[in-house]
Amino acid sequence: MSDHVHIENLSKVFDTRKGRFVALRDVNLSVREGEFVSIIGHSGCGKSTLLNIIAGLNEATSGILLCGGREIAGPGPDRAVVFQNHSLLPWMSCFENVYLAVERVFGKEERKTDLKRRTHAALDIVGLAHAAHKLPREISGGMKQRVGIARALSMQPKVLLLDEPLGALDALTRTHLQDELLRIVAASGCTTIMVTHDVDEAVLLSDRVVMMTHGPGATIGAVVHVDLPRPRLRLGLANDRDYHARRTALLEFLYERQGVAGGEAA
Amino acid sequence: MGVAKIDKAWKQAVAREHPVKRPLEDGGRVSRKAMEMDPPKPRSRLARIVMAALRFGIPPLLGFALLVLVWMLMAEHSGVPGPVKTWESALKVFAHPFYDNGPNDQGIGWNVLRSLSRIAIGFGMATAAGIPLGFLIGRFAFLSRMCKPIISLLRPVSPLAWLPIGLYVFKAAQPAAIWVIFISSIWPMIINTATGVTRVPQDYLNVARVLKLSEWKVFTKILFPAVLPYMMTGMRLSMGIAWLVIVAAEMLTGGVGIGFWIWDEWNNLNIAHIIIAIFVVGIVGFLLDEVLLMAAKRFDYDGSGS
Repeated sequence: MSDHVHIENLSKVFDTRKGRFVALRDVNLSVREGEFVSIIGHSGCGKSTLLNIIAGLNEATSGILLCGGREIAGPGPDRAVVFQNHSLLPWMSCFENVYLAVERVFGKEERKTDLKRRTHAALDIVGLAHAAHKLPREISGGMKQRVGIARALSMQPKVLLLDEPLGALDALTRTHLQDELLRIVAASGCTTIMVTHDVDEAVLLSDRVVMMTHGPGATIGAVVHVDLPRPRLRLGLANDRDYHARRTALLEFLYERQGVAGGEAA
Repeated sequence: MGVAKIDKAWKQAVAREHPVKRPLEDGGRVSRKAMEMDPPKPRSRLARIVMAALRFGIPPLLGFALLVLVWMLMAEHSGVPGPVKTWESALKVFAHPFYDNGPNDQGIGWNVLRSLSRIAIGFGMATAAGIPLGFLIGRFAFLSRMCKPIISLLRPVSPLAWLPIGLYVFKAAQPAAIWVIFISSIWPMIINTATGVTRVPQDYLNVARVLKLSEWKVFTKILFPAVLPYMMTGMRLSMGIAWLVIVAAEMLTGGVGIGFWIWDEWNNLNIAHIIIAIFVVGIVGFLLDEVLLMAAKRFDYDGSGS
């Protein structure tokens, strides 16, 4: 299968009061269909900017951006985004939040019963069928993030974009949701690009980990292939040599080649 | 007294207040005693109700008692009717709140209702105009820059300054009073709605962008619900102004209304009735605010207010 997401010579320059600020330069990345790619780097390296450009929420200054062979021009439901802070609409129940997306994408062709069925199916995948009628304020942070994932998956996007989806959660919930995400992504087979600053998360979930250099003028410094067999199990990997080799490679890049005092990548 | 001495005394006092529990010493004898003294003993329901009454009921009552006391003292020296005289007078006023002896002599109930109906029309029109205007100003920066100076100029104008204009244009007292309510209560609704629109979290708008929602859907599903709490605050402020202004406006325009009633009683030199009217105005204003507050709580999505 050809490249599903194709980025060539992408750059992003911000015009600030102090003049031009080059955030990203010479970014080249190709993601195959069904692949899970993580983007990792120290905070401020522009990894979220890159994701937002793929999402169409930010505009690239120059370069070629293709998704499914078509140029990316603005945001669209073919590239679903899971935001770091869940971004659920607080006046809608979990069901309504997902339904809003389902209705937008499939509302023209399908009847209401089908739309409802899709919504329930999406909530089912993330294990929240029982909380469908609840308001976002009535559920925990981890559950909110799962609704966000359900909303994104329900749109059957070409690409799933995850912007530090578990970054705001406590460590235990995060571990749990990483396992969930592993299962959900495997079940959906969706092409996924995830921004993270968690090394374990990146290795556990990804087929490839893209490591960004420091900004300004950040670019892709190195790529680590994680060819561990799937399904992956956290406990099984704890003593796996290959797993640790990938993990070490990431840490070495982040701390020795791109090291900063008190980096946040740990 | 030396520091050490104070310290010792303090420690003794603390020890008296909080006896240290040593559960298994003295063969458990002390422990049972200590347990009896445990503070988090489950209180009876009656005790809890009494405690709540003490905590929340006593202070306001005390405040009112103080108010009545000050009023009595002032009444002694100024000739203003005291609480007792006013109370007797109030009983007579409220015995027949809805009598009707022609346009210049109606019960207090009619007067309050007529004032409220003026408010309903003026405030309703201000809402109908101010909230859409606020949305437009919040949504389009150009409009915002265009309207901000005008709003800043007109908002601080004393409400009654608008009355002659109203009288001249409408050639009648009733619409002029409504006009004053309209023009003085519209500003908080415009300003708060516009502020709310500019403060809609970018996250929500990003969701709309990713979904490529239509403008109508963005408005009904995201913009309107997100701005509602701001709108409610604007409406509460406006209602407060409207109720303040109506009394003054009616004093000048006449007709039936609580403001006119006060002026009429002043002409009759019936000070007790004026004091009654002050209480009525206060209570009705309080109730109006409570109603809007209840409505506002309904739209408090974070659940912090409930």
